[in-house]
Amino acid sequence: MPGSVQSIERAAAILQVIAGSGGRLGLREISEAVGLAKTTAHGLLRTLVTVGFVAQDRRTGRYELGAGLLSLGTSYLDDNELRARASNWTDALASRSGSAVRLGTLAGTQVVVVHHVFRPDDSAQELEVGTALPAHATALGKVLLACQVPLPPLPQELERFTRATSTTAAELAPELQETRTRGWALEREEHLPGVAGLAAPVRGAAGLVVGALGITAPVAAVLDGRGAPRPALVGMVTDAATAVSRELGERRPEHSRG
Amino acid sequence: MAERYVLAIDQGTTSTRAIVFDRAGRLVAVRQREHQQHFPRPGWVEHDPEEIWANAQRTAAQVMGDVAALPGELVALGIANQRETTVLWDRRTGRPVTRALVWQDTRTADLVAELAARPDAHLVAERSGLEIAGYFAGPRLRWILDSVPGARERAERGELLFGTMESWLIWNLTGGPAGGVHVTDVTNASRTLLMDVHTCRWDPELLAFFDVPAAVLPEIRPSVGVIGSATALPTPVPIAGALGDQQAALFGQACFQAGEAKCTYGTGSFLLQNTGTDLVRSSHGLISTVAYQLAGEPVHYALEGSVAVAGSLVQWLRDGLGLISSAAEVETLARTVEDNGGCYVVPAFSGLLAPHWAGEARGVVAGLTSYVTKGHLARAVLEATGWQTRDVVQAMDADSGLPLPALRVDGGMTTNNLLMQFLADVLDTPVVRPMVGETVSLGAAYAAGLAVGVWSDVAALRRNWHRSAQWSPRPERAAALTAEYPRWQRAVELSIAWGR
Repeated sequence: MPGSVQSIERAAAILQVIAGSGGRLGLREISEAVGLAKTTAHGLLRTLVTVGFVAQDRRTGRYELGAGLLSLGTSYLDDNELRARASNWTDALASRSGSAVRLGTLAGTQVVVVHHVFRPDDSAQELEVGTALPAHATALGKVLLACQVPLPPLPQELERFTRATSTTAAELAPELQETRTRGWALEREEHLPGVAGLAAPVRGAAGLVVGALGITAPVAAVLDGRGAPRPALVGMVTDAATAVSRELGERRPEHSRG
Repeated sequence: MAERYVLAIDQGTTSTRAIVFDRAGRLVAVRQREHQQHFPRPGWVEHDPEEIWANAQRTAAQVMGDVAALPGELVALGIANQRETTVLWDRRTGRPVTRALVWQDTRTADLVAELAARPDAHLVAERSGLEIAGYFAGPRLRWILDSVPGARERAERGELLFGTMESWLIWNLTGGPAGGVHVTDVTNASRTLLMDVHTCRWDPELLAFFDVPAAVLPEIRPSVGVIGSATALPTPVPIAGALGDQQAALFGQACFQAGEAKCTYGTGSFLLQNTGTDLVRSSHGLISTVAYQLAGEPVHYALEGSVAVAGSLVQWLRDGLGLISSAAEVETLARTVEDNGGCYVVPAFSGLLAPHWAGEARGVVAGLTSYVTKGHLARAVLEATGWQTRDVVQAMDADSGLPLPALRVDGGMTTNNLLMQFLADVLDTPVVRPMVGETVSLGAAYAAGLAVGVWSDVAALRRNWHRSAQWSPRPERAAALTAEYPRWQRAVELSIAWGR
């Protein structure tokens, strides 16, 4: 098989063996079954445990399939489906906050805009669906990066857009930690001068983060005189993200008319 | 000042929804419940009116609980309903004599053909403004009177009441057998073939033509105005607005001036253009209908182009062919290819409505080659909705002489960006989506709120309208699609010829 990656083939073989065993195998049986040295098999298993595809019973030391693998098939959500299900709540958020609303998903280190609602002032605006935003410099991106386990590898140097942009992974890390803890992200002119943003995670039926929903507006609209985000806006954004998550958690009947 | 909320009940084809809006026209809470579709024979579609009433009552009560409005904060109830769906019930027991005959039901085809062949059939279009077609409610009422044993005699004795869905809900909301108000709004009445569209009264000659006794008919009321108190809800609320769902969408889109138009993309697609207080008669296959009426004011009219199959074609791709697992995924599938691969789908599942009115037409997939994949088919499915809109818009331009400055769109399919861009290109007109996508419910809420003074006038409603997205035509694509249009028209001809 030209071009195949040996460690992935081996990991796949290990997963097949574990899947067929019903959680009864220890390291020795697994390494024998796939024909690998115990140290090699152990390294692979440790990585599989880290990413959540394999779990190890603490008491017996035996291996079984991990929850991450089981939810793999259900965590995927079609972008167009996400937009269709979120639309009512993104409209209401734009209307309430007076700001443009975007819904994004992560593709590598970029955010793809899957839905965009204009700022409700009827000024000329371009629809940005399908465009990419830098994850490290936007509230949407920081939410999506913060919810990734493990964090995707970021380049050594991150692109600078303004003086406020975090340009190293180390500089970004505490920001992501804070986003994780409080459940929403703030953007202070890191992408565009004069523009601030807020975003919160949208969770799918399995509880995994499938997107981020947020607003952008002039700095003065988002931050108060002391530079703190306005609590009412934070509430609107997190409420809208929660409403979409709830929508995704339920199977919605189609509504039609004549 | 205390908040003031308006409740809307949107009684649709597949479900009933109760939605609460605030004074800024923003959606505050929503509840929804599906009802069963009954298909007892090919071409027959029925709903259980009692199930629908129970769903309306339940979702309204739930959404009132969600909002937890203080007493007096919920000031009005508006109703929008699936149009032309016909109910006949016993005024003493409140029991329907049979299940509701749904607007998609084609059982009256033979009856309609027979009636259309009569020498005095021209009367129908002249008086009602409509094509004589099984799509409208009158022939369904006649069918029930002819087919349910004893129904005609009971109707003539005044024991039975006829109504479209808003009549049925209002009667039940206001007490049912114990003093329920038997009314219809003028937009729904204009869809029966029984009303004179000029005077907005039941027409004795039309009643004679369809052999319908006047005793079953509800009183015709303006769309905006207090009708009665909904005592069947946890807290009584004044019912102050009622409109057919497409007219409600026109109202919700704030199309109050002559020339303004909207198209709703749901099961079918419904383009309505306000023609002001003048009744415009179509010579290009559109129908003249009532847009709305404010109590004490003249009626506003609309030209309408209804297309039976739009979103339901995507559902067919999902349920009939199993090519996608949700309706929204059609865009994902369509984006796997660059174009339609020469493929055209004419979704004439039960004939074609505007502007063709060919009940005999049947669906065709034209241009199949081995090159065509499911991606091309998905694209052709979406494009079918765009092409059909072009058919209707061309007819509308020719009839009204009011070219569209922009098309306001709403409905579930407006979250499909591929379709919305195709529409802008194929119409060579900007396509604009408003901030509140739920324009049907919003229109019902606006009508009710206007009647009780939540909003002072239609200008106040217009100020609530904001654009949430716009798709602009791309000149090159527009030119290419104009060149391609005859191929679509050819496919339509084939679908009509196939059914002959």
